[in-house]
Amino acid sequence: MSTIVSLPDQSTATLPKVSYLNKEYGLKSWLLTGDHKRIAILYLISITFFFFIGGAMAGLIRLELLTPASDLMAADTYNKVFTMHGIIMVFLFLVPSVPATIGNFLIPIMVGAKDLAFPKINLLSWYLYIAGGILLMTALISGGVDTGWTFTTPLSTHYLNTHVITAGLAVFVAGFSSIFTGLNFIVTIHRMRAPGMTWFRLPLFVWSHYAASILMVLGTPVLAITLVLVILERTIGIGVFDPAKGGDPLLFQHLFWFYSHPAVYIMILPGMGVISEVISTFSRKRVFGYTAVAFSSVAIAVFGFFVWAHHMFIMGVSNYSALVFSLLTMLVAVPSAIKIFNWAATLYKGSITFETPMLYAFGFMGLFTIGGLTGVFLGSLGMDIHLTETYFIVAHFHFVMVGGMLMAYLSGVHFWWPKMTGRMYPEGLSKLAAVTTFIGFILTFFPQFILGYLGMPRRYAAYPPEFQVLNVFSTAGASVLGVGYLLPLLYLTWSLKYGAIAGANPWQATGLEWQIQSPPLTENFVETPIVTHEAYDYEWLAHKTEHDEVETVG
Amino acid sequence: MDSHALAAQTSETGHIEHAHPPHLRHHFETVEQQREAASFGMWLFLLTEIMFFGGLFCAYLIYRNWYYPAFVVGSHQLKIWAGTTNTGVLIGSSFTMAMAVYSSQVRNRAALIGYLLLTIVLGTVFLGIKGYEWHDEWEHHHVPGLNFSVSDFVHTSAAYPEDKPLPLDMAEKTQVYFSLYFAMTGMHALHMIIGVSLLIILLAQAWGGAYTDGHMTTIENFGLYWHFVDIIWIFLFPLLYLISRHQ
Ligand code: HEM
Ligand SMILES: [Cu+2]
Repeated sequence: MSTIVSLPDQSTATLPKVSYLNKEYGLKSWLLTGDHKRIAILYLISITFFFFIGGAMAGLIRLELLTPASDLMAADTYNKVFTMHGIIMVFLFLVPSVPATIGNFLIPIMVGAKDLAFPKINLLSWYLYIAGGILLMTALISGGVDTGWTFTTPLSTHYLNTHVITAGLAVFVAGFSSIFTGLNFIVTIHRMRAPGMTWFRLPLFVWSHYAASILMVLGTPVLAITLVLVILERTIGIGVFDPAKGGDPLLFQHLFWFYSHPAVYIMILPGMGVISEVISTFSRKRVFGYTAVAFSSVAIAVFGFFVWAHHMFIMGVSNYSALVFSLLTMLVAVPSAIKIFNWAATLYKGSITFETPMLYAFGFMGLFTIGGLTGVFLGSLGMDIHLTETYFIVAHFHFVMVGGMLMAYLSGVHFWWPKMTGRMYPEGLSKLAAVTTFIGFILTFFPQFILGYLGMPRRYAAYPPEFQVLNVFSTAGASVLGVGYLLPLLYLTWSLKYGAIAGANPWQATGLEWQIQSPPLTENFVETPIVTHEAYDYEWLAHKTEHDEVETVG
Repeated sequence: MDSHALAAQTSETGHIEHAHPPHLRHHFETVEQQREAASFGMWLFLLTEIMFFGGLFCAYLIYRNWYYPAFVVGSHQLKIWAGTTNTGVLIGSSFTMAMAVYSSQVRNRAALIGYLLLTIVLGTVFLGIKGYEWHDEWEHHHVPGLNFSVSDFVHTSAAYPEDKPLPLDMAEKTQVYFSLYFAMTGMHALHMIIGVSLLIILLAQAWGGAYTDGHMTTIENFGLYWHFVDIIWIFLFPLLYLISRHQ
């Protein structure tokens, strides 16, 4: 099979003598760093840690659901496990996944800057993330929470005796870390672009992060105040959501979903940015309809703020608002579809090669499409009444979050790994991991659509025996999926020491980040780049490579 | 700024160590760019704050519509003189803060220190008066959850003889009013406390000679924050104290 991977001659190749990784040594040089690339690595390590904790919880959930009876754990333990799974995966993994790691590493380089606008705030954001993580682990160790990741009132404020306050604080604190990341990105993209780097020369990765940052900056504070009110209601008993005092739990739902719907786009937009880069690179073509893809990101961000009540169709919102929100929900699927169509059109007549990042990207396209379309089912009022609070929803959001964002994240990690570390991972093994993940994913979550349609409710430890066959499939799939995630952990770690030297531009990609050494210098560029070409200009690259060898500053 | 020219020059001739303005962080090209980035960042942060308080204002709007009579009698319990004084104090502190920024611009260290000090004093006075009000509300059993009693709202009050006593179920709803009152003024006070703490740090730095040497981005941005917190109060005061005064 043809490939575009071009690694330097391994017998002579060396890693650059100076890079951001070896400029300074010692723990302190990492923990007090202002370098966006080092902060990205700190984030990478910590979110991987939390991902595997969240994953272990998922394993427990699937194990419990292997049999119809609630036998592995008691029902309230089960509640705690799925709550912790949800909170960790949403707030400590998916929200920061691509932006805080890959985005942090790449956005300054992609716009041609030396760092993000506010390096100290960037570091602060990591510390806030860690503080949030520690608080959440405290809640877990001291007995757990069982509200579901949605902190639903009055359950969370009145009826539960678990560590809601600690968990709420954890999410509050972690929320500020994402606000600061978003704020840093927006300012950097506005104010730090290199000469010649116009808005429409920006890689689509930057556009999608820009859109996601808007959501982080405007949405997250609403979650923050909502959690503050929940905490105040639990501690001193004020009555904003408490019906006994005249408050309305529905208001909590409005405020929570005002953040949490946009949050699902915080969780997908950066991934879409990854996919744009990967698809273009491995089909050697400019992304079809660049402007449309760029603006669809912004459109998703804007529409995303006006659909939140589709999570509340059965909660007693008025028919008229249900109608309007249903319509708007359909609308928000349009820009998502634009992206999928444009990626497909990019592939059309491209010279496609099937490197690992591309395999993950294909996985993304297929799975996200299914996830998005089932979202439209859920957005239709009649269907939603049948499907809400069943496994259909669980399948829907896992298709977009795991099939979509996690695939995109892994695609991005595999795509930029050689840039981040200077080393390549084993090809065959990584392709195997990509395929395993895909198969494991389908096996785990496709049966859940059927289960949900047949009426199996979510969030119960036990279920009627006739659902067992599909649940066994799902649990089996989860084990395969687990292997699919462990593999990269192993071979990527292995590659840090033993991987082939990757060179500056192993994929022959056009982004600015590929024109500098791998791993990059602390200041990214030896001199401020002056941008004279459009994004994804493969002719420019061929020309450049012809005339002077790709720059490998040593 | 001419460092753009410098950057271009650098890119042709390789490394030229050019004179580095003292406050220019390494990753910015020019002082101008650094200033713009900082103030843009601050405005974005204030936008975040607007959304943060926005959640509370939204709740206020809804409940005020639902429980109008409860909100009226609730607001009658607040001390209008305290609120008015505090509004004056805060506007005064915004003035002294603006003067501090100005002193920093004209590089007058003594004036900068004086105005920062005045701002701290006014901020503290505000918090003191607010604390006194809260204490008073505690005494009157108006704190939902901790020591609330409806008795003030089911009887006619001497101060507002034209207020009819509320039926019990509506009187209960004054808890929503007071919940919002405490949440809103509490969040605002928290911002004031953070503001005063930062002011103390700024004061110490200004004492050491900072901010009067041409680098005043920090003072300017803090000024924005202070005015923002002031503006929040300018909304809270009429909403909580005034608009139901004469019903
Ligand atoms: C592409 C268009 C999308 C549409 C039209 C859509 C629509 C919906 C609807 C209507 C619901 C509510 C179902 C109910 O509660 O009855 C829902 C739930 C959900 N969606 Fe989507 N969605 C879309 C994309 C996404 C994406 C991209 C993500 C995340 C990356 C996502 C994550 C979720 C989650 C987490 C829930 C469930 C929340 C919960 O109750 O725990 N959705 N979606
Ligand atoms: Cu939604």
